[in-house]
Amino acid sequence: MANDTGELKRTILDGRGFSYWRRKTSNVFFSLLFSSSILIVLLPLLLIIGYLFYKGAASVNLDFFLHRPAPVGEHGGGMGNAIIGSLYVVGIASLIGIPVGLLGGMFVGEFPHSKFSTVVRFVADVLNGTPSIVMGVFAYTVVVLPMKSFSALAGGFALGVMMIPTILRTTDEILQTVPTSIREASLALGVPYWRTVLSVVLRSAKSGIITGILLAGARVLGETAPLLFTSFNNAFYSYSVTQPISTLPVQIFNYAISPYRDWHRQAWAGALVLVLAILVVNLAVRTFSRQKFEQTL
Amino acid sequence: MTVAVEIDDIVMPEQSRDVERKSFVQADKVFKAVIGFFAFLVIVLLVWLGLQLYSSSKLAFSSVGIWKFIEGSTWDPVTGVFGALPFIYGTLLTSFLSLLIATPLGVGTAVFLAELSPKWLRRMLQPLVELLAGIPSVIYGLWGIFVLSPLMANSVEPFLMDHFGFLPFFKGYPLGIGFLTAAIILAIMIVPFITSVSTEVLSTVPVPLKEGMYALGATRWETVKKIALPYAKSGIFGSIVLALARALGETMAVTMVIGNTPQISKSLLDPGYTMSAVIANEFTEAADAHYLSALIAIAFILLLVTLIVNAVARWLIWRTTRAN
Repeated sequence: MANDTGELKRTILDGRGFSYWRRKTSNVFFSLLFSSSILIVLLPLLLIIGYLFYKGAASVNLDFFLHRPAPVGEHGGGMGNAIIGSLYVVGIASLIGIPVGLLGGMFVGEFPHSKFSTVVRFVADVLNGTPSIVMGVFAYTVVVLPMKSFSALAGGFALGVMMIPTILRTTDEILQTVPTSIREASLALGVPYWRTVLSVVLRSAKSGIITGILLAGARVLGETAPLLFTSFNNAFYSYSVTQPISTLPVQIFNYAISPYRDWHRQAWAGALVLVLAILVVNLAVRTFSRQKFEQTL
Repeated sequence: MTVAVEIDDIVMPEQSRDVERKSFVQADKVFKAVIGFFAFLVIVLLVWLGLQLYSSSKLAFSSVGIWKFIEGSTWDPVTGVFGALPFIYGTLLTSFLSLLIATPLGVGTAVFLAELSPKWLRRMLQPLVELLAGIPSVIYGLWGIFVLSPLMANSVEPFLMDHFGFLPFFKGYPLGIGFLTAAIILAIMIVPFITSVSTEVLSTVPVPLKEGMYALGATRWETVKKIALPYAKSGIFGSIVLALARALGETMAVTMVIGNTPQISKSLLDPGYTMSAVIANEFTEAADAHYLSALIAIAFILLLVTLIVNAVARWLIWRTTRAN
């Protein structure tokens, strides 16, 4: 009983203290708090991009793109082989990731409410969150061990597996936004279902699907951990699927942890090139797809 | 002859239409089976991944024993002693520390984007937050080694030692590499995950609820506190758990700033090691089968933990967004 009255008193007192002024100030206080949190969050982005230009821009020249790494102590050299290697490995990854992700995504997007689709979607999300280094270990046991050699193929396999859930989920989401009326119109004209999906549904979802594929590619382009012990490294230009190959992220990592100042300089240059490539793809894809989207609306 | 041809002409179209209709149905079935097969491959992939890692790590588990492997605090590949506890400790410590930093910032940013900012500003700022998620891990590591780490060693860590040195967490030497630096880098990397999912979840709060609150004379903060946050609670929690999964598995940036020393230390300023970092560093050095199997066993544990954490996160997010 005594407790109850105490609580009642407190409520009344609180009520009295809950003045207009106090509510106004707390509103301003919390608004400022939320606004400042986004500034703190964006500060590192600014710092990282700033440092990349500050430390890397001077070393990005023609040599950087055309030459392979110079031995320690020698000046010059570049990451030409690593840039080509990265594109090569991502190319192999696309051969695995795009077909599986796209076709699987078509099923999930076309039959969105079936139980099977729900399970696939869930598994894809879980796979998406699996650490990239685990995918590297997986590719090592599946490709490197049987082949008894690090290879571009193993790196491509690791990255390809990582692309699958990303592409599957974006395809799924985009197919679901395609209006049912379009499908019905096509079916009513006597077009078989498979033809409807391939020629009508996919066509209207084309830009979104391409966006998803490009974003998945941009994401794995920057991956380092799954490549450390799959595609490994190579000081030379290599175009063989069964040989180790140099990639930009791995090269940046090796240079960054090396004790040589000249290599640090190169690492910054490589990092600048890598980030610019990824950001350009991201921004281009976003503005392009938004324009498309607004046009269709 | 001519009559037969005419009869054939009359009969054929009927037949062929039937055949065509049948092939229509069959083609659709084949099509559905093919795309269904590729969707099924995703499930196969996850099972394959789990089985493959399990079978490759069996050697380590059977020779050391699962519990001894997890509990053992000595990692000495030379003498063949494999205890993964220092790595598990490092992974858990850096991940939770980074959540501690990232959660208020990430949720605060989400509230700003979803509730406070005008639409044009949100349209400008949200892609920037997502760009943070697009920057490769190795770049964060590079920046961590050459920019953040010296900053920590020269100003932040001496400051912490001077003012909070009486706590066991801030003892030791200001090396600039260690648990704290790794946690800060991790926090920067996982904030976008918290923000983007939380923003999305906050956007699903029904507008009439908020309008009702405003109609009663509530301020914006009161609406956020009493309506938006409680409504989106489990989704926001899900985004935090999702970020935890990312932090647990994050490799390159952590490897580059944590110091790579397998020790269990209370001090956040001391160097440590994480599960992902030890795999990244030692995998190519693992010459004998036991060593390799022990590293794969760490990968397997990491896989299991992230699978569970991810599943919980997805379930939480699904629970709040499903209503719409």
